[in-house]
Amino acid sequence: MNAALTIAKREIRTYFNSPIAYIVVTVFMLLAGYLFFGSLFIERQADLRSYFNFQPMLFSFIVPAIAMRLIAEEKGGGTLEMLVTMPVRDWQIVTGKFLAGMTVLATLVGLTVLYAVTVALLGPLDRGPAIGGYLGLLLMGGAYMAIGVMASSFTRNQIIAFIIAFAISFALFLFQHLIQIAPQVLRPVLSYLSIEAHFESISRGIIDTRDVIYYLSVMVVSLVIATVSLESRKWK
Amino acid sequence: MAELMIQVENLTKTFGLTRAVDDVTFNVRKGEVLGFLGPNGAGKSTTMKVLTCFLAPTAGRAKVAGFDVFDDSLEVRKRLGYLPEDTPLYKDMSVLEYLQFAAAMRGMTSGDSGKRIKEVGGRCGLHEVAGKLIGELSRGYRQRVGLAQAMLDNPDILILDEPTSGLDPNQIVEIRQLIKEVGKEKTVILSTHILPEVQATCSRILIISNGKLVADGTPDELRGREKGSRYRVVVAANGTKQEAVKARLAGLKGVSRCETALGEEGAHTFTLDAAGDEDLRKLLFRAAVDNNWILLELHREAASLETVFRNLTTGEETKS
Repeated sequence: MNAALTIAKREIRTYFNSPIAYIVVTVFMLLAGYLFFGSLFIERQADLRSYFNFQPMLFSFIVPAIAMRLIAEEKGGGTLEMLVTMPVRDWQIVTGKFLAGMTVLATLVGLTVLYAVTVALLGPLDRGPAIGGYLGLLLMGGAYMAIGVMASSFTRNQIIAFIIAFAISFALFLFQHLIQIAPQVLRPVLSYLSIEAHFESISRGIIDTRDVIYYLSVMVVSLVIATVSLESRKWK
Repeated sequence: MAELMIQVENLTKTFGLTRAVDDVTFNVRKGEVLGFLGPNGAGKSTTMKVLTCFLAPTAGRAKVAGFDVFDDSLEVRKRLGYLPEDTPLYKDMSVLEYLQFAAAMRGMTSGDSGKRIKEVGGRCGLHEVAGKLIGELSRGYRQRVGLAQAMLDNPDILILDEPTSGLDPNQIVEIRQLIKEVGKEKTVILSTHILPEVQATCSRILIISNGKLVADGTPDELRGREKGSRYRVVVAANGTKQEAVKARLAGLKGVSRCETALGEEGAHTFTLDAAGDEDLRKLLFRAAVDNNWILLELHREAASLETVFRNLTTGEETKS
């Protein structure tokens, strides 16, 4: 585990030493701020609903943008060879990379706690949905991040990694909106796979183990695939 | 006999249809500095990548310090220091940060790593650039950072893929000295296509060509394999055409090959290869006198590693 943390620490430093983290944070804060303050001033409603409601879509491209470089950059630059020939297991590399991405994401989500503070200053804050919403953001972000790490392990090109991650993430987001037009038999499947459906209940303040399990499964499956993909260099 | 540190048996690695490494077998003992020689694309780097557990062999096996590179890869990697080709490093880290990272990855304790970083950094001449970003360093310094990283945890085995490429002549001498020193108590494999380098640093040489091992021995043994010698002849031929002189020389008994070489103006310069061990100098002198040429220069070179290398790797002969 130590090796994973060492890798995570290095990655986090890289994020904050380069413009990527700041660009992503700025773009995210602008969009999230527009959604939040838009509803605050236009609809004169002091709650976090509109902020949370848009996150499944917003995250589907913000998170791949954070994750795209994690493994692809090392593949492209050749540093992966140096890394995997150190005494470290492939899953530790994947875990370290994932943790680093999650740290950036948590920073992002953490900054928007300001919105909750704003709401609390203006009127009574409904704590359940707020806590659930932030927790949901991290779980959903974790699922998207794991998909991003997986996509990043497939290629040495960061742009391709971004597109693959975005395609998968956006599909998971879109399922919710396809339910209406899907054949009857597919509806429960789509509803189960939909990343948004699971987020909705959590952001209402209801923490259901089924939703948590859904997110954790997406994370585990994606990270396992990422590990296998790293190991594929050793296929005979 | 010192203990076997690396055992490679019938190692084969294919990429699609190309056989990058083809049925290679060799051993390396403790305290040996092994030079891996071959033209570009011969399979040197691939063999090293298998030994460092980056790639798995398609067939055959390789053991490092008694551990199989595929089944016990972690144990192998704990005992290895590796400098990959082109020294891939994180450009956004400073030299010190990078070495600290490498130490942490190798599970060194912080006290131990501080001491080692100082020591190895000193040996590789990194003290004055410790705080600089790797991306801002010259090629030579990056190479040294890569070398320091490989030696950091005092590994039993060092695998260095072209350790002196990109260095200036002074740095090359320093690094060779360093490798020689390290090689006294460790096992070192280095690859290169620079011939003087192996002569200067290696106690044993493997020559690999088209994925196959074509020679294995000490520099002296390899030189001894090559029969014959090479002559450099410069004659002023008083108006005789160069072609005519060449034909005469090539026709001499014992000369296997004659080529024109660049030389001074007003004279013809040739390189001759002799097939046998016989000394051709008398014959050459005689030929010059008979033809009324003035012999300006006549020099006999013993077979060099260069000839051995060229003969083994240009595929004229297929000795197994």
